[in-house]
Amino acid sequence: MIYEVFRQERKGQPFVHGGSFHAPDQAFADAYAREFYARRQESVALWVVPREQIVEIDEFPDEFDLKYRRVDGYSIKARLAIARERAGSATSPGTDGG
Amino acid sequence: MTRPRTDLLLELADDELILGWRDSEWTGIAPFLEEDVAFSSIAQNEIGHARALYELAARDLGTDADVLAFDRRPEEYCCAPLVQAGLVGDWAGTIARHFLYEAADAVRIEALKASPDAELAGIAAKIDREETYHRLHAEMWELRLRDEPRFRAAFEVRWPLALGVLAPDLRPRLAERVGREEVEPVERSTPGTEFEALWNEMTMVRRSAPTGAQW
Repeated sequence: MIYEVFRQERKGQPFVHGGSFHAPDQAFADAYAREFYARRQESVALWVVPREQIVEIDEFPDEFDLKYRRVDGYSIKARLAIARERAGSATSPGTDGG
Repeated sequence: MTRPRTDLLLELADDELILGWRDSEWTGIAPFLEEDVAFSSIAQNEIGHARALYELAARDLGTDADVLAFDRRPEEYCCAPLVQAGLVGDWAGTIARHFLYEAADAVRIEALKASPDAELAGIAAKIDREETYHRLHAEMWELRLRDEPRFRAAFEVRWPLALGVLAPDLRPRLAERVGREEVEPVERSTPGTEFEALWNEMTMVRRSAPTGAQW
């Protein structure tokens, strides 16, 4: 069975995926997680989860190009350049960070 | 306690060093990769415990830990017969030994933690915090293998040796802990030829340089 390990480096911080390994059962997985991810005090807590218990969702249809919903928003760099040209700005806009 | 504490410390340290050394022989060839890493790590912990114990003994004896670990003659070591055998290739035997040693060590450490000697009690408590996880590791393996005939046989062979790890007054506690009747123990004695071969390898590099060389 494959187990996934998430580790927390400091109290209060989010758990971050550390890696995975094979183990015959949860007791072995706990022991191995301890040896692999906390032996050098690099973690204050671990989540040791059988991979099959993790629900993975990886299909997110975007048929209508609703990218305005995305948190990164629109890239306005190109539009800004056009707008500046129209406004008659002679100077280069330089980098605007998009 | 009438014996000097260095006797006790050296028995303990030699047990931990030699078991750590034997267990480390599995590095790279354990039954599967995860166990390889975990068992090697446990072996390294045992050697770390040996170092702490040698350091305490060395202070009493006016020497240093390396001299005690590597510069004695093979016949001067006082490790229990249980830890001396080379068991590479025999995983059932290795786990039977690991399980029995951890059980015996738990009894010994528990007794040491109650010692009136604060330094002994302190080092025992420190070692115990790591041994807790060694015991968990040993116990989960024992649970997995206990119905295996090879493991049963390996356990039977080592039971008298496990009793010999402990001082006579502590043996009933081990018997109770593992749920077995006491039998005639195999006592500590001058190490034999198998240990001598181990010693030759273990001290090879150290002996290749002049005494007192700085590394």
